[in-house]
Amino acid sequence: MEAMKVNDVTPNDLPWKVEYDASRCTLCGSCVAACSFRAIEPKVERRRMIWSESEFPEPKARFSAVPVIRQAKSIRNYCRGCGICEKVCPNDAIGPVRNPDTRHPVITRCLGGDSIKRGGRKNLEGSVRTLDRIRVGRISQMTDPSLDAQRHTFDLLAPFGRILPPEQLAFRVTEDGRLAPSGQSPPVNWIYPVIIGDMSIGALSWRMWEGAAMATAYLNEECGLPVRMCSGEGGVPERLLKSRYLKYMILQIASGHFGWNRIVKTMPSMVEDPAGVLIKIGQGAKPGDGGLLQAQKVAGHIQSIRGVPKADLLSPPNHQGLYSIEESVQKMFLSFNAAFKFRVPVAIKVAASATSVSVFNNLVRDPYNIVGGFFLDGIDGGTGAAHEVSLDHTGHPIVSKLRDCYLAAVTQGRQGQIPLWAAGGLGKTGDLAADAFKMMCLGANGVFTGKLILQMAGCVGNDMGRCNACNTGLCPVGITTQESALAHRLDPEKVAQNIVNYFLAMDQEFKKLMAPIGNSALPVGRSDALVATDKAVADRLQIQYVC
Amino acid sequence: MCRIGAIKSVDYLHPSQALLLMQSQQKGHDNSGFAMVMHDLGGIFKNYKNLPTLSLACTDEGLKRAEDILHEAGFSRVLQWVPETNNEPGLDIIAMPNYVFETFNYPRHYRKASQKEKEELLLDMRLKLRFALEEDDQGFVYSFWPDVVTLKEIGNPKDIGTYFNLWEPDDQFTAKVITAQCRQNTNYDIVRYAAHPFFLQGYTALANGENTFYQKNKEFQRSLHRGYTGFESDSQCFLYTLHYVHRELGWPLPYFKHVVTPLPFEEATRREDRDQLFAIRQSLAHLEINGPNTIIGVLPDNILFTCCDAKKLRPVVVGRSEDKVIISSEVCGINEVLPDRNWETDIYPHEREIVVIDNELEVQRWKQ
Ligand code: SF4
Ligand code: SF4
Repeated sequence: MEAMKVNDVTPNDLPWKVEYDASRCTLCGSCVAACSFRAIEPKVERRRMIWSESEFPEPKARFSAVPVIRQAKSIRNYCRGCGICEKVCPNDAIGPVRNPDTRHPVITRCLGGDSIKRGGRKNLEGSVRTLDRIRVGRISQMTDPSLDAQRHTFDLLAPFGRILPPEQLAFRVTEDGRLAPSGQSPPVNWIYPVIIGDMSIGALSWRMWEGAAMATAYLNEECGLPVRMCSGEGGVPERLLKSRYLKYMILQIASGHFGWNRIVKTMPSMVEDPAGVLIKIGQGAKPGDGGLLQAQKVAGHIQSIRGVPKADLLSPPNHQGLYSIEESVQKMFLSFNAAFKFRVPVAIKVAASATSVSVFNNLVRDPYNIVGGFFLDGIDGGTGAAHEVSLDHTGHPIVSKLRDCYLAAVTQGRQGQIPLWAAGGLGKTGDLAADAFKMMCLGANGVFTGKLILQMAGCVGNDMGRCNACNTGLCPVGITTQESALAHRLDPEKVAQNIVNYFLAMDQEFKKLMAPIGNSALPVGRSDALVATDKAVADRLQIQYVC
Repeated sequence: MCRIGAIKSVDYLHPSQALLLMQSQQKGHDNSGFAMVMHDLGGIFKNYKNLPTLSLACTDEGLKRAEDILHEAGFSRVLQWVPETNNEPGLDIIAMPNYVFETFNYPRHYRKASQKEKEELLLDMRLKLRFALEEDDQGFVYSFWPDVVTLKEIGNPKDIGTYFNLWEPDDQFTAKVITAQCRQNTNYDIVRYAAHPFFLQGYTALANGENTFYQKNKEFQRSLHRGYTGFESDSQCFLYTLHYVHRELGWPLPYFKHVVTPLPFEEATRREDRDQLFAIRQSLAHLEINGPNTIIGVLPDNILFTCCDAKKLRPVVVGRSEDKVIISSEVCGINEVLPDRNWETDIYPHEREIVVIDNELEVQRWKQ
């Protein structure tokens, strides 16, 4: 017997165990070939068989070498529970099973001497989300007939851009009693109230990014839904920058300024203005952390778009060289507004935090009239890679922060002047329309979502720790990888189709929610339409409590 | 459900006409109250058109307090009219001890002040009186404005009419524009202030139906103007929006409709003035009204108009004769007051129009 090595890693130490039934396996090899994490491998086992053929025992022994599939016992190649093996196995012979006794958080740190990183899924404690404790409770009855979701027209558009208070509108009254323009106003685009969130072309595979961009164009041109997509930090392919599809893209600039150089250089050859610019100050999934694109995902085309070598790309947590929020916003807004000759709205994205209302209050005073939107990003969302400790232990849920910002604007009589957009785990249960609708009632003009878009594309990750390997560049379904073989698992057309269909369904659902409360425009600020089944939630959000 | 009505006439009219107009629609309301605002006054007020008249329902203490405040501010009373009340037993009315209509001269140092300064003073005085009397329920101050009186009470409109002797026409208490509603507010607390019509600085508005955007409207209006107060009823918001758009922003009346019921994006995009329409929609999204309602309004120059929510979920009809134009929730009201008119010229306003009656009683229809 070998000496016992208690510190050896076994599947029982890992978060997932691969259950394998050798009697069903035909050794086709599909599972091993498909496992992008190399978490299973073929192995030959030595077997001894004893048998007897006579009336009395006359044991005979036979030794044979049997090929089997077994789980890798390594903290590097551990099973993420993605279940791709199960998907490809023709015989139902293999599949991952969650291991509640995992020692992963301890042994990984001990053996690796490094912090655990993973794709951005938040494992928030608690089973019921705040949004699920809220219901749309004001149903029109006798005096307030509901609208007809099928028959009536609904205006499902949200502003992106700086909204002037009415007394500042550049109007004059003409002699025949009309209002005529008498000056310049900040640019405002009316867009669909759900933006495809900022996921960079480095974080996503080029096929995923292309699928989302295709869906955006299709939704605009064939379905009449003016959906916008945010590029994420990291630039945009030149071909797209020079195409007419640019008008559907919101260009993001984050602290690393990745890709921005190329955008600026391409400006003279742009035939369309972009839909907007989003300056990312912070993100919700890992607030305080910068962006993190690991070297294994920095493929050739990413290097050329961003102008970087193949190395870990760290976007610093703040915009370097700027001293304060006021200063940074002024500087950036002035320069980026100026870059597009004040034709393109510029918005800012910050992480939901105990301090985000102060930032918002600061912006609301905006003397230059250039803050085209306040994007507030809460935890419980996210797609990128991060240190697990930041993902799991920092940040702020979105619902109450959004509400705080809205009410801060109400107190100053400035609601709507800087449109509020919110994200962070919206659509987590699959019902984005319901979540978005409730957020609007609480004061959001619109929402943005990233993770759900990945789920539409076929992401198998979840909030219970399945997969979440976006950081590794080994995404088993080709969404967040730059490995050609893996990316080719994803069909961009299918991705586009799924996104388009989801948006069409969601559009229907919005109307189904708007009709009963008697709204034909988006229900921004209609907190009276909501009720909470939890007293604490009701009090905190200032909505009616019901039980 | 509310029933509303308004009469604009060439000659001075007694409120009995308004009662009649509303009474025939009795099946449609709940007999819980009656309220009216009279503009362009005749009778005993006729010679005081430039001086503000206070409309007050109060206790003895309330009256004393109000008069003290006005005197202290330098106002001097030139006319007082106390309607003779009919306190028969069995009348369904929750009456206040005093109903007072008093006309005042401006304080000496204001006599040369500009119109605007006087108007701001009158609003401030009314608010001051209101808050002073509100403290311990000593009274209700409905209006303090030249050429306008307001009466509101809780109870059966028929009995309220009897109590104030309003069924018997006389030439003492008359006006050329009378708006009225039969019903107390039912959505929120029952208070006299909550009864329509509502009045502010020459503007009157009343509505039937509901304001789905009450919460949004209220949250926004609260910080817009000191006069936007109370919010006892969701329809009060219509008045404040009218006042804000027409008086504060100085936009022509057609834009009231563009604010409360913006054109759908699709339609607005096709218009030549789309930039203005979008700008309005952006800046004033919180004053939108999603209905269902019909609004009747009176402007400071006594112009009367009506308009509906964007989907026309509430009825309204305009009927006219040589010397009267009537707006009413139901046509039976008009039939009662103008039985001999040519009903073929009755107008049933569309959802995207404002029907305006000017001072020559010309009826105009403005497409949005
Ligand atoms: S896919 Fe199934 S049958 Fe094929 S090797 Fe893996 S376990 Fe065996
Ligand atoms: S995107 Fe890919 S790697 Fe990330 S969780 Fe989904 S399937 Fe896994």
